[in-house]
Amino acid sequence: MHVPDGFLDAPTSAATAAVSVVVVASCVRGARRELDERTAPMAGLVAAFIFAVQMLNFPVAAGTSGHLLGGTLAAILVGPYTGALCVAVVLAVQALLFADGGLTALGTNVLLMAVTTVVAGYAVFVLLSRVLPRTRGSIVGASFVAALVSVPVSSLAFVGLYAFGGAADIPLDTLAGAMVGVHVVIGIGEALITAATVSSVLAVRPDLVRGARGLLPAAALAPASTVSTTGRAAS
Amino acid sequence: MGRRTTTVVAAGLVVTLLLAGAVSYFASDAPDGLNKVAIERGFDGTEQEHDLADSPFAGYETRGVEGSFWTGSMAGIAGVGVCFLVAGGMAYLVRRRGSEQRSRTHSSSSGEPASR
Repeated sequence: MHVPDGFLDAPTSAATAAVSVVVVASCVRGARRELDERTAPMAGLVAAFIFAVQMLNFPVAAGTSGHLLGGTLAAILVGPYTGALCVAVVLAVQALLFADGGLTALGTNVLLMAVTTVVAGYAVFVLLSRVLPRTRGSIVGASFVAALVSVPVSSLAFVGLYAFGGAADIPLDTLAGAMVGVHVVIGIGEALITAATVSSVLAVRPDLVRGARGLLPAAALAPASTVSTTGRAAS
Repeated sequence: MGRRTTTVVAAGLVVTLLLAGAVSYFASDAPDGLNKVAIERGFDGTEQEHDLADSPFAGYETRGVEGSFWTGSMAGIAGVGVCFLVAGGMAYLVRRRGSEQRSRTHSSSSGEPASR
């Protein structure tokens, strides 16, 4: 869903750039509470993984593909503030090194793919994981639904921006219908990848899934070798 | 980070490099959801060429080895490396330091808000 230069007019792109700078700055402050010596390298891995999986476009319909956005996955693994920063780093690298996503559209893309997906996906994840039984299966299921929801919500956020500053005069109701329609299908791919990844990390190192903290028995989250060396209570 | 977390990160990087460096070869070339909608609704024409369209890795292709398996593979591996270093470095810079962490633990265990 990388927006190229030219889809939105200059004032809208300037506005999204300004808002994204403010949001990213507040994410840096929030990420301080999420990151410690042990989890900092995980943020690097999450960004690298999202970059890699975003290269893996999967077919969703005749002549159409989709790829992971990754905001929900990142938020569940390393926390919402750090997660949004990870996706923002990926988007900046893609725009600057790979000519993917416009330079003037970078703020737009950060708001759509780093911020909207994290806010929507993490909100659904937190709500679901609070009402579901405290099991690994619930966390994986909540991840699936959260990721699935995040993609069409992000596509609707694009439609919202297009309503303000779209370069062409397109009927918004048909644009919204088309965007949500295809992105629900892409969301199923997002959900499968997110659930599979969260499930894999839970199986190997549940303590490295930040979204699972407080949801699983402490013994499952804290390997004996790390309990004594890290101040987990702080988080 | 502890030795065991190092192992997890290293294993994760190996998987990630395989995805970007090899599996990506089999990815779909079809336009993504947004581009497809733009084509169908007739606003793809407003897209402007990327200002960095001539850069060495533009379009996930490596200049000099176009058309081969390695063009996407090398671009993917480069991107994974850059993303890991930038995001990991940023996280390392903003992380809680060890002493700070202990003081936060004490304050939260005594019921005080651990404000900063």
